[in-house]
Amino acid sequence: MTEPPQLKQTLGRLLGPTEPEIGCDACFAELDRYVELELSGVDADAAVPGMRAHLRGCPACCEEHESLVELVSAESTDAT
Amino acid sequence: MSAASVPMLAGVPSTPQPADASESPAPPLDAESREWLRSLRAAGAERDAAVGRLHALLLRAAVFEVRRRKASLPHLRGDDLDDLANQAADDALVSVLARLDDFRGASRFTTWAYKFALLEAAVKLRKRSWQGREVPLEPDDWSTFASTAVDPAGSAQQSELLQLIEQAVAEVLTPHQRRVLVALALNGVPIDVLADRLNTSRGALYKTLHDARRKLRGHLADQGHPPESLTEEAR
Repeated sequence: MTEPPQLKQTLGRLLGPTEPEIGCDACFAELDRYVELELSGVDADAAVPGMRAHLRGCPACCEEHESLVELVSAESTDAT
Repeated sequence: MSAASVPMLAGVPSTPQPADASESPAPPLDAESREWLRSLRAAGAERDAAVGRLHALLLRAAVFEVRRRKASLPHLRGDDLDDLANQAADDALVSVLARLDDFRGASRFTTWAYKFALLEAAVKLRKRSWQGREVPLEPDDWSTFASTAVDPAGSAQQSELLQLIEQAVAEVLTPHQRRVLVALALNGVPIDVLADRLNTSRGALYKTLHDARRKLRGHLADQGHPPESLTEEAR
């Protein structure tokens, strides 16, 4: 069965990521390291397994990840 | 670089870790981070000055977060947003100072500190945007989640699938799992807002959501609908 986009997105939120994922507390504990690895071009997902899946499944952690990436990126740009 | 030993949520197999991952020594601190720690652990005027610099750093991060999200809060005035950013910086300062010994140098000190301010600001913004609003714990009508503009055959398929999911949510999940799943995944209630209303934590709620999703996926797979065939990345 092929689902239309709107329904697929609803199902995605309902069913969540299928890969192993960490929880919100581990996500917060690892967030700074993960973001710096991402920005330095290192394979952050290999260093913090389960983080990417959690960011797909948790909108709040995903927002905070995006904010930290933007803030640190902006700071790096200002410093150069 | 080896993967650190990060705990996975229960119910899913953990990614195998290198045997010595948890014994990896912490990386050496960079000079700036060392100086932050030294001055924050100093006494008297030197510490006061360092705390002042830290508060300014945290306020910058909180203001950054508030500006990013202010479009979603059109009813808040500039003064309200300034107050919110200041409260977030104050609360983040308390958290950072209480957790100085937890900083191991896995990132720069400033990146580590920023996340506390971003968290405090984001949580306050989510709570403010839901202040006074009812938190819906049940779906009004599952048909509202169907896509529009599909042909009659597609519409019938959608109805069938939604009925199957509605039935699974009602029969497979516990009442608490059902309320959490519906509020967070269907009704878009922010997890911090729900945690507040249910007097629990974000981590505990996400664990409940994770368990509910896993049960639902298993049930749908048993019914001939493996989740990979139904979903796409939501983001």
